Amino acid sequence: MRNHRLSPVGFLAAAFVLAAALLAAGCRKGGDGTTGSAGIQMKGSDTMVNLVQAWAEEYRKVAPQVSVEVSGGGSGVGIAALIRGAVQIASSSRDMKPQEMDQARRHTGKEVREFTVGYDALAIYVHKENPLEVITFEQLAEIYAEGGRLTQWKDLKISIPGCSGDEIIRISRQSSSGTYEFFREHVLLNRDFKLGSRDMNGSKEVVELVERTPCAIGYSGMGYATPAVKVIRVAERANAPAFEPSVENTLSRAYPIARALHLYTLGDPQGAVKDYIDWILSPAGQKLVIDTGYVPVRTGEPGK
Amino acid sequence: MAQTPALSTLQDPASRFTVTPGVRRKRRTEGAAKWILSGMAAMVILPLLLLLTHLVVKAWPSLSLDFLLEVPLKGMTEGGVWPALVGTFYLIAVALLISAPGGVLAAIYLNEYARENWFHRTVNLAVINLAGVPSIVHALHGLGAFVYAAQFGFSIISAALTLAIMTVPVVITSTREALNSVPMAFREACWNVGATRWQTIRRVVLPNSVSGILTGVILEVSRTAGETAPIMFTGAVFYKAVERGDLFPYFLNDQCMALSMHLYVLATQVPGVKESLPYATAVVLVGLVLLTNSASIMLRMWLRNRKKW
Amino acid sequence: MRHYPTMGRLHREAMRMTDTPTSKPTAVARPQRPLWAIWGEKALELLIRFAGVSAIIFVMSIFFFIFREAAPVLESDRFSLGRFLGSVEWYPTSATNVRYGILALIVGTAWVSGLAVLIAVPFSLGSAIFISEFCGPRLKEALKVVIELLAAVPSVVWGFIGLTVTSRLIVEYAGATVGVNVLNGGLILALMCIPIITSIAEDALKAVPDSYREAALALGATRWQIVYRVLLPAAKTGLLAAVLLGVGRAIGETMAVLMSTGHAVQIPHGLLDSVRTLTANIAAELGEAPAKSEHYRVLFMTGVFLFIITFLVNLAADITVRGVRKQK
Repeated sequence: MRNHRLSPVGFLAAAFVLAAALLAAGCRKGGDGTTGSAGIQMKGSDTMVNLVQAWAEEYRKVAPQVSVEVSGGGSGVGIAALIRGAVQIASSSRDMKPQEMDQARRHTGKEVREFTVGYDALAIYVHKENPLEVITFEQLAEIYAEGGRLTQWKDLKISIPGCSGDEIIRISRQSSSGTYEFFREHVLLNRDFKLGSRDMNGSKEVVELVERTPCAIGYSGMGYATPAVKVIRVAERANAPAFEPSVENTLSRAYPIARALHLYTLGDPQGAVKDYIDWILSPAGQKLVIDTGYVPVRTGEPGK
Repeated sequence: MAQTPALSTLQDPASRFTVTPGVRRKRRTEGAAKWILSGMAAMVILPLLLLLTHLVVKAWPSLSLDFLLEVPLKGMTEGGVWPALVGTFYLIAVALLISAPGGVLAAIYLNEYARENWFHRTVNLAVINLAGVPSIVHALHGLGAFVYAAQFGFSIISAALTLAIMTVPVVITSTREALNSVPMAFREACWNVGATRWQTIRRVVLPNSVSGILTGVILEVSRTAGETAPIMFTGAVFYKAVERGDLFPYFLNDQCMALSMHLYVLATQVPGVKESLPYATAVVLVGLVLLTNSASIMLRMWLRNRKKW
Repeated sequence: MRHYPTMGRLHREAMRMTDTPTSKPTAVARPQRPLWAIWGEKALELLIRFAGVSAIIFVMSIFFFIFREAAPVLESDRFSLGRFLGSVEWYPTSATNVRYGILALIVGTAWVSGLAVLIAVPFSLGSAIFISEFCGPRLKEALKVVIELLAAVPSVVWGFIGLTVTSRLIVEYAGATVGVNVLNGGLILALMCIPIITSIAEDALKAVPDSYREAALALGATRWQIVYRVLLPAAKTGLLAAVLLGVGRAIGETMAVLMSTGHAVQIPHGLLDSVRTLTANIAAELGEAPAKSEHYRVLFMTGVFLFIITFLVNLAADITVRGVRKQK
């Protein structure tokens, strides 16, 4: 019968065991291996994720033995991962809260170090055909906040060609995004958002939707601007001067909706992580900040 | 003339058949039904073909062998999908390694060992439910169980385990069908010569259903390749620096890029990306999935022709 | 389930112990299998039983782990189950007034899934009937293959299509202000559900015995009359099960709706409004909710709710199918 022929079942079983052994051998012992590529894990802000990825890509040419892993998930997630000690660097587009720093200290025994690596301005985007030029904080609050009374474009005394219903279509971010929180804190002054805004889960999606929708207004990082959309100027109050989100206006704090971009580490960074952060703060790293559309730090500002 | 009706029918049967309005109506509905139904079937097929063609057309500028081998460049706005492709293969391999043997053994249990009682029905129900659980719930489970409770952290292992649990019902179902198709007579012949249950299974039932099992395993591969939500929260990353053409860039407790995640990220989070790039990624993903599915279908047809019983 | 010849318990014991057939008590001594083979087989049998039970273990594990992450929020005073299920206000990260209400999400899920099933069912049933009764064997093979390939397209690709292709079509032809809305999501979901409903419905129609068809033919029925008056009533439980499984798939779909429904927390007033579904909500916010925070736990609670709903739908489908089997 089949006694002396290798039965297909046995063959398959042997193949599985072999493959399992091979893959198990691929388990890396934790930590920065001394042989092979060292790894740095970064997690955090979705706003910053493109910038962080650009750094990782460029750094590969500078230090090929270091492999940087980048993932998004949001400022909150990155900070939480840092607190647990799961990643070495957390990127955040908001400041770390004092209770989060406490948690980190309690959990890992190390103090959290903050590095400011750039600045971002939140730009207000409208459709290219929209004649609006300037908007104030109060108008933004009335459009976006709960209980706000501006619901149609004619309330702002403009009419947009191509916008038939005249309804102001609000494009926003999902509720746990750092961008959303920043907008709520600084523009809406901690009032809640009105329900019914289209909450996109990517900074780029906001801009793309505004590009296609004549009635829309949205906010997103200034690095996501495209030629197909219009960026309007923002004034803090009516009759105050209005500024556009540019590098100079952000650095000089003239543009009112600007925030710092941070990297956090547990304790003082050592070894490969320290080299990486030093490189990020160097002119080479900061050049990428400009290329991606953000605002670089002034040289010589390593943070607290 | 007064002919008996029976005689006239014998000579010319058609003379008894009169087309009444009822018959005309019947025939009209029949024809209409046929057209409407074939139209519906066409409406089901047509969108698929149109959409796939649209994808390929839009992806054309980016598609090339280089696209497969190259890593993402210039902030992921150009370049290729190599790390994502390799990552997907890693995930498939590990998930398969875990779920294929388990699924086959489970199906053997359900078919050959279990008695037809409430326990058997519960296991059946569990398999069906496992197949129907939303992918995001699987992601939550992977997060709670593998990333946090089992302390695997965000890694290929966590992602692969989540995927394995998600796709094991596919293997179980096809293996059961394959085992079912082996005729009882084979088993009875074995018992008559004194074989135990396991001997019967190992020497007769399994070898005759291997092709069916393979079909199920291949199907599982295609499902694993396409899933996004379960890996998004357990082990897939936005970007990882990898060498072009590197076949083993990941360790098992690293995170990895994956084709499905890469498509999602390109479409929603990377600004300024060349228009054909996400389309090309979609084409690669769909191509991979369709290829594996076609292999499974062809295997099924081949084995049907091979069957001697 | 194989019907092994019924053996008395002692008989089974004897077989297991000596591993030889004991139909004749005065059997001639036969060569015994080596001890390691006997024990090996027992161990293997244990492994197989464990594997068989594993499916139950996995389902219970899913429920256990998501409930474990979600449970602590039940004690929080900012969370009440009634408001959770009944309020439309979803402000999990509010600085001033945290509110967890998923009613708008439930309604959004219902609208999108409902629309998807409404579009999918006629087309699927029509195609299933066509494939099963009206077309020749070669066309049948080809159509079945195409439908199976349609089922294999990954969810994220459908979402991508919904985001880029169909949303623009909807803006152009339906005059919507925003292309990502209930209609878009429903359309994409329908395209995803059609293959499942079609293949299961076709199986149900195939399961109706040929004798029914032959009897109808003998009475002079046309093919459509056979379908309408004989097959559909005979297969109706199977068809219902197919629809239920399609509904289950529609409710549970994540990536496709995440990218194509516009993601607005509101109760829609029309097909062209944007909505958010339960699944998309979890997927979008889970990434940004810090681990073990209250928001995180509420998202897990949403997961528990989803799990229960899909469990019930699948249970209903299984009971319907079981009902069919009992009839035969």
